[in-house]
Amino acid sequence: MAKTELKTNKKTEIEDSSSLKGTMASVMFLGIFLVVTWVSVYFLFLDRF
Amino acid sequence: MSSQTTKLKVDHRDGKLAMAHFYVAFIALTLGGLMGLLQTLVRSGKFELPWGIDYYQILTVHGVLMGLVLTTFFIMGFQYAAVSRTAGTHSPAARRIGWIGFWVMTVGTIMAATMVLLKEASVLYTFYAPLKAHWIFYLGMTFVVVGSWLDGAAQIMTYARWRRENPGKPSPLLSFMAVINTVLWIVATLGVAATVLFQLLPWSLGLVDTVDVLVSRTLFWYFGHPLVYFWLLPAYMCWYAIIPKIIGGKIFSDSLARLSFILFLLFSIPVGFHHQLTEPGIDPAWKFLQVILTFMVIIPSLMTAFSLFATFERFGRSKGATGLFGWFKVLPWNDARFTVPFIGMASFIPAGAGGIINASNQMNQVVHNTIWVTGHFHLTAATSVVLTFFGITFWLVPHLTGRVLTKAMNKLAIIQGWVWFVGMAFMSGAMHFQGLLGGPRRSAYSTYGESAQAMEWIPYQIAQAVGGSILFLGIILMIIIFVNLAFFAPKGEEEFPVGEAENLEEKAPMIFENWKLWLGITAALILFAYTIPFIDMIQNAPPGSPGFKTWGSW
Amino acid sequence: MHMHKFEKIWLIFGIGALVVFLSVVGVSAFYLGNKPPSCLTTIDPEKVDTQAPFNKPGLNKVEGKEWDYELVYVASAFFYNPAEVEVPLGAKVKVMATTKDVIHGFQVAGTNINMMLEPGYVNEIVTTFDKEGEYLVVCNEYCGTGHHLMSSKIKVVKK
Repeated sequence: MAKTELKTNKKTEIEDSSSLKGTMASVMFLGIFLVVTWVSVYFLFLDRF
Repeated sequence: MSSQTTKLKVDHRDGKLAMAHFYVAFIALTLGGLMGLLQTLVRSGKFELPWGIDYYQILTVHGVLMGLVLTTFFIMGFQYAAVSRTAGTHSPAARRIGWIGFWVMTVGTIMAATMVLLKEASVLYTFYAPLKAHWIFYLGMTFVVVGSWLDGAAQIMTYARWRRENPGKPSPLLSFMAVINTVLWIVATLGVAATVLFQLLPWSLGLVDTVDVLVSRTLFWYFGHPLVYFWLLPAYMCWYAIIPKIIGGKIFSDSLARLSFILFLLFSIPVGFHHQLTEPGIDPAWKFLQVILTFMVIIPSLMTAFSLFATFERFGRSKGATGLFGWFKVLPWNDARFTVPFIGMASFIPAGAGGIINASNQMNQVVHNTIWVTGHFHLTAATSVVLTFFGITFWLVPHLTGRVLTKAMNKLAIIQGWVWFVGMAFMSGAMHFQGLLGGPRRSAYSTYGESAQAMEWIPYQIAQAVGGSILFLGIILMIIIFVNLAFFAPKGEEEFPVGEAENLEEKAPMIFENWKLWLGITAALILFAYTIPFIDMIQNAPPGSPGFKTWGSW
Repeated sequence: MHMHKFEKIWLIFGIGALVVFLSVVGVSAFYLGNKPPSCLTTIDPEKVDTQAPFNKPGLNKVEGKEWDYELVYVASAFFYNPAEVEVPLGAKVKVMATTKDVIHGFQVAGTNINMMLEPGYVNEIVTTFDKEGEYLVVCNEYCGTGHHLMSSKIKVVKK
């Protein structure tokens, strides 16, 4: 319908060939992985005597 | 002069020296790998070593061959070739020094290995006092270290010649990186050389009766941490400066790559205490200071992660890829020179995560000396670094021997990479989890009197045997590839790929080549991190220890 | 030398995370009593058996200290003395140990009690044994042929 078409058009952004969005997403995934693993072991440390 | 520089082909005389290094490295890989397999089989509980061979003997062989011989020889060979390729053919004088270094290292290796085989040195690759090995073992280690200095000197001489002949210009990236790594190594090995020459050698010769154990360990770990960066940096050299050319892209930022290497030089060394976090005799304040410095050395790796993803994304988009991750699909997955190092890169994510946990002060108590640590360094050194070294081998060995990487070998190489990945996932994965359950490292098979906790560990050890067996298959495949590329592959020209910077206008600041500055800061940081605690441990030292031989003889 | 905006953001995030980690462990270590085992007390390794408290290994009740018990171990190749000990559930204990010969590890599997024993030094850690169970003490630093046979037992029991 009309509304959905509008949405689809808006979504077609011009992609800059020098974009680093994928890089940003990748390092952020890495960063989150580092945080999650660290926090997990930290909680293990807190839980143990 | 300039005609000597950036020859597209490494001079065959330099090639010969580089290949000599690789022969030793791959012999070490074969024997060391066999040891590793036997270890996992023993620890599965289903295999006993024959002929009275001791588990800790083969563990010593495994650690020394994999951690010291394979690495040092491969790295020096690769760096020697890389400097020749980018800064110009080595002079006859430099080459001669390189050959002397190679032979001194090789003789030292044979001396040390012989002592281990004779059951005179079952001390593991860390040879902690007051375990006392035969003096020939320590002398052999000394030769390996001194030989490596000579080997490194050749790289420095050729770099220095390039700098003299090209004033005001930043040195070729690969040569710059090689020299940073060699300088790092020389500064680091001063510590292990000091403990071996001034403590362990006289003690094992009977010239002194006792040894200061804490001082010896501290000098070792002053060396032991930068040792792992000595291993890592050549892999980073490949990722930063060679992979971009292989995929058909550009180096994302030449300057930031150099900066990351300078940061490694500064912060890899004054951090040895994070290997000594649970030791007595060292004030916790100094331990925490070195933990802070350790966290600084994480930063250049964070930079590297960004640079590498950016290199891939820029390349992918230049080929028309769109979307957030479209660039990922257009990478040359059929090219082993890319794919195998890429598996190494990806493995560095869990590897680095584990490293940050290890270094986190009291959190180290969760994992210290458990087999988690072994799992960690089988990801960092035995996957990220080793797979990258294999990836280099696929083109460097044929390049140096005047042969080509055939389609068949390329295919086998990719299979080898995935075999390694699967084997390591089992082995290192199981090691991480067993470690969290308290399973110790450096330990032969035991149920600790059928203790409930120890029985929980056994399934993980079986998984390690499965992984270890798969990895050994990977080693066999790699040896087949190496022997083929060195001796049997068809003759031809195999490229030595050297990346080009994306932005050629942006020349790296000359301050990066200011060695006085960087060595000065390096020295200042080391003195800052170590002087007071080191003086403390000497001044408050307990009576020294006599030697102990707590392992059996033949 | 130019740095892309995204790289700046990434490094701020990354370095920020590292600063948070350091702050958390730093505060926990220096203000909440969780410094890693770092005893500075020295001892003559040849006189361990006659030097208090190592002349009486095992669990000893103490008075007037921040902890209720001292659990004293003497390590040597390849055993710990005591080989077995019972600790009351909920007891606050200072675990102290030393070695008579080579370097040994001392880890109570499944706990944060994990420290190095080096000849000439005492090491210690204070903790509250707040979980019942039978815990294996293992040597986790290579000490010779019998390294994997070196262990002890701690039984945390409701008393």
